Amino acid sequence: MSKLTHLTLTEARDGLSKGDFSARELTQAHVEAVEACRSLNAFITETPDKALDGADASDKRRSKGEAGVLEGIPLAIKDLFCTQDVLTTAGSHILDGFQPQYESTVSANLWAAGAVMLGKTNLDEFAMGSSNMTSYYGGVENPWRREGSNAPLVPGGSSGGSAAAVAARCAMGATGTDTGGSIRQPAAFCGVVGMKPTYGRCSRWGIVAFASSLDQAGPMTRGVRDAAIMLRGMAGHDPKDSTSVDTPVPDYEAAMNGDVRGLKVGIPKEYRIDGTPAEIDTVWQQGIEWLKAAGAEMVDISLPHTKYALPTYYIVAPAEASSNLARYDGVRYGLRVQGDTLDEMYEATRGEGFGAEVKRRILIGAYVLSAGYYDAYYNKARRIRTLIANDFKAAYEKVDVVLTPTAPSAAFGMGDKMDDPVAMYLNDVFTVPASLAGLPGISLPAGLSADGLPLGLQLLGQPFEEGTLLKVAEVLETAAEFDALPQIIS
Amino acid sequence: MAVDKDTVARIAKLARIRIPEEQQEALTGELTEILNWVEQLSELDTDGVEPMTSVVAMSLPKREDAVTDGNCADKVLKNAPEGAHGFFAVPKVVE
Amino acid sequence: MTTIEGKTGPWEMVIGLEVHAQVIADSKLFSGAATTFGAEPNSQVSLVDAAMPGMLPVINEMAVEQAVKTGLGLNAKINLFSEFERKNYFYADLPQGYQISQFLHPIVGEGTIILDLEDGKTREVGIERLHLEQDAGKSLHDQHPTQSYIDLNRSGVTLMEIVSKPDMRSAEEAGAYLRKLRSILRYLGTCDGNMDEGSMRADVNLSMRRPGDPLGTRTETKNVNSIRFVQQSIELEARRQVEILEEGGTIAQETRLFDASKGTSRSMRSKEEAHDYRYFPDPDLLPLKIKADWVESLKSELPELPDAKKQRFMDDFGLPVYDAGVLVADQETAAFYETVAEGRDPKLVANWVIGDYFGALNRTSGANLGNAPVDAAKLGGLIDLIADGTISGRTAKEVFEAMWDSGKDASTIVEEKGLKQISDTGALEGIVDQLIADNPGQVEQYKGGNVKLIGWFVGQVMKATQGKANPGMVNQLLKKKLD
Ligand SMILES: [Mg+2]
Ligand SMILES: [Zn+2]
Repeated sequence: MSKLTHLTLTEARDGLSKGDFSARELTQAHVEAVEACRSLNAFITETPDKALDGADASDKRRSKGEAGVLEGIPLAIKDLFCTQDVLTTAGSHILDGFQPQYESTVSANLWAAGAVMLGKTNLDEFAMGSSNMTSYYGGVENPWRREGSNAPLVPGGSSGGSAAAVAARCAMGATGTDTGGSIRQPAAFCGVVGMKPTYGRCSRWGIVAFASSLDQAGPMTRGVRDAAIMLRGMAGHDPKDSTSVDTPVPDYEAAMNGDVRGLKVGIPKEYRIDGTPAEIDTVWQQGIEWLKAAGAEMVDISLPHTKYALPTYYIVAPAEASSNLARYDGVRYGLRVQGDTLDEMYEATRGEGFGAEVKRRILIGAYVLSAGYYDAYYNKARRIRTLIANDFKAAYEKVDVVLTPTAPSAAFGMGDKMDDPVAMYLNDVFTVPASLAGLPGISLPAGLSADGLPLGLQLLGQPFEEGTLLKVAEVLETAAEFDALPQIIS
Repeated sequence: MAVDKDTVARIAKLARIRIPEEQQEALTGELTEILNWVEQLSELDTDGVEPMTSVVAMSLPKREDAVTDGNCADKVLKNAPEGAHGFFAVPKVVE
Repeated sequence: MTTIEGKTGPWEMVIGLEVHAQVIADSKLFSGAATTFGAEPNSQVSLVDAAMPGMLPVINEMAVEQAVKTGLGLNAKINLFSEFERKNYFYADLPQGYQISQFLHPIVGEGTIILDLEDGKTREVGIERLHLEQDAGKSLHDQHPTQSYIDLNRSGVTLMEIVSKPDMRSAEEAGAYLRKLRSILRYLGTCDGNMDEGSMRADVNLSMRRPGDPLGTRTETKNVNSIRFVQQSIELEARRQVEILEEGGTIAQETRLFDASKGTSRSMRSKEEAHDYRYFPDPDLLPLKIKADWVESLKSELPELPDAKKQRFMDDFGLPVYDAGVLVADQETAAFYETVAEGRDPKLVANWVIGDYFGALNRTSGANLGNAPVDAAKLGGLIDLIADGTISGRTAKEVFEAMWDSGKDASTIVEEKGLKQISDTGALEGIVDQLIADNPGQVEQYKGGNVKLIGWFVGQVMKATQGKANPGMVNQLLKKKLD
């Protein structure tokens, strides 16, 4: 039955409801796939018993006619989501042994919709990174290799374990979180679909916070329709999150009618950046042609403050993180490194518990908020954030969606760019602006690079227009016919 | 904007993160590089632009005043590295 | 002006108070955990209060309402837009590593409070602002030789920080400020004002200057938890600063800790290094916007507050300022007074309530207006007996004591003890005639111009009647016979 793992989430849903196979069989196949792919290091914690118990319970519900929208679907959960009684690490040493006594709203929604948990996926420490190399639990290997090379590549980050697990057919879908591109960039690197919904669409309750004004959970799947199904299971208003927006969750699939005739697609000139490989531009141009062929209208637009988005992000996000991560102090949970005084205990615990990138960001964040620098850095960045959001508002007067590449390159080698933080930050140049504006975005695999690695296209939409994004993404998906398989399973 | 080792030490103290002596030099260089890079924001004129706090265009939602939570000391203390008699325990604090 | 006389001349105190008042609400500011005092450690703690990863704050509407009501009670500006910010610092009883507070945009702006001073005078003190914030947990330092214990029950409880302007000039004024503020909070039902349970704590900002000089450097004495201790700490700190200044020293701007048991204070060294709170708007919360018409509706529902009540007591009852001030200090006393005064002589009632009645309450442990053996109706009954001449004011005091001890009403006691006043002209005339006949010397002296002797004659009649004679009638009779 190993072919069960090659089904899309949509196909599995339909197969389960037709009774072609049981949730137990589907889950068993995935549990085995997770084991088989351990060399990728995509999971920090595997929960096979939980998965199989969950599958049995799902089969029972189905037999009683109580199937939810994700009934019996085995999913992986980014280890940033707190899961009741299951080790939750955020990829950090500082959360050693932490077993939440609560379940994040998003994962609870998924279980309520019938889904089954395979385990917790690896990630950059506290979701800070674009390579998954900052995890205390080690880097994740991308299931893809360059043609003719055995050098391991990064899956992107921070949701690198989720992207790798989905690409390697270990899970039908996985949750990710996106603060500046952490769903979309690894989706592009691993050849899967990743969607960051509108800020406020999915509850942040129970997700370990990185930068509260930016963090947003979303689905990572192998198909656009899969993403639509999974997002419906994740999203919804949550009174426990004051930034959660109380607007109904539509049936996204219903909007996916393949009709994009007359739809206006913005092509922002600022996203053509010197130094990006020609193949990135090529795939972008390809996307434009596909949408044109489907009857959409291309509109040249300008998002003039685009070049300031990354430095703005690298002030706002670390500032919030420096405060969000103050709670990891060795008092109530996680690692404690003893010290003679309270301050020594704090400093030893946090010095040992946090990795280099997290420390850098906490220090930058504390610096830009500190007396004398607040206005020059933090407030300046918040003002520019307003300008960036205004750019999009103006653009959406003229267009329905915006099409761009997802990342400025294909996946790079494990260990590359590690000694230059700023070079690493540039990975998110195309994803960060929409994050700052709180807008939804989706990345889907659109083609292969010259050396056989997946390349992604990104669609950005208006607030709460996930349905439109999914519809357009599906049109692109159909045109792209992306069916290449990563080496690990081909 | 170059930061010096003393500034890094001061910020590290503020953030309660011990930085071993041998890492201070390199970290100072990295932070300087990052701050130099974000410095490009100063070229933009932002006079009269409102700083953005949240992208969510609504007012703060409020909850009713009712006791709906707490009474779960076992959950609260479950992950504590050190505790005693229902308290969390830390190295003695001299005020 | 109140000044302190130093060796080198007079000094003036400049005092500002920051009061942390616990808001009356069933649940916490940002979580649904309970707020009752004295529970088992960590039992009133939600996962939000313990700052578990991924936990988020949701604001309690009651906290907002209480803050607005308090602002209205302080005649302050209510800000329709306010914002919560994080104040970042590390401490064992601060689980988040920051306190959610308000900084640039507090919910309440400038207001005023009128102090009632001992001599009956009043004085206005400015309110700078009022903002909402979370309380911290509690550290216990004396339970273990090498460890401190942390209880988070208070963590996240709603506080109003009420900041005065530096308008006070003496410990007495600081005391009056706290009493008045507490009185207003209790009238409004926004804080119970129990300083011994920590529901109200004061930080004292104090500096000294030569009269007329600009402000000097101030110190902040933290968390003083009774009005008496606030006053003691002010006297102590003022003397300490004067001593330093007179020796040519300078005052360090620092945070100090007052030790009430030793009557000393000391610098809190731990707090002094790197005071950089890195305030920034809390991204887990959105700006707090309230509507003007909602504020108006709260305003229309406010109870009559102490100042208005005091004025009314003076206007309607003709009470002197001192009496009115004492009677309105708390709502229950004022209501008690008004019940008794209904249809009676308001000044006589005020004298009884402030005098004998408060006296009895104070010396009877555990007694309060709600459970006292003499209630408003009984006190009124007693005063009625004075008013209609059944008993004298002097006898009334004896009757009151008996009422307090037995719980019986006044007429029963007068009846039982036979204390009815003699107002029978015939009976009294006989006694007066006999007295005049027995004391020709005194009569001589009186007629010779020593009119003060009338008091002696009255006293003799009272003695002869065991105090039951109606003193007014005795006076009249004596004057008729002697003049
Ligand atoms: Mg203070
Ligand atoms: Zn305060």
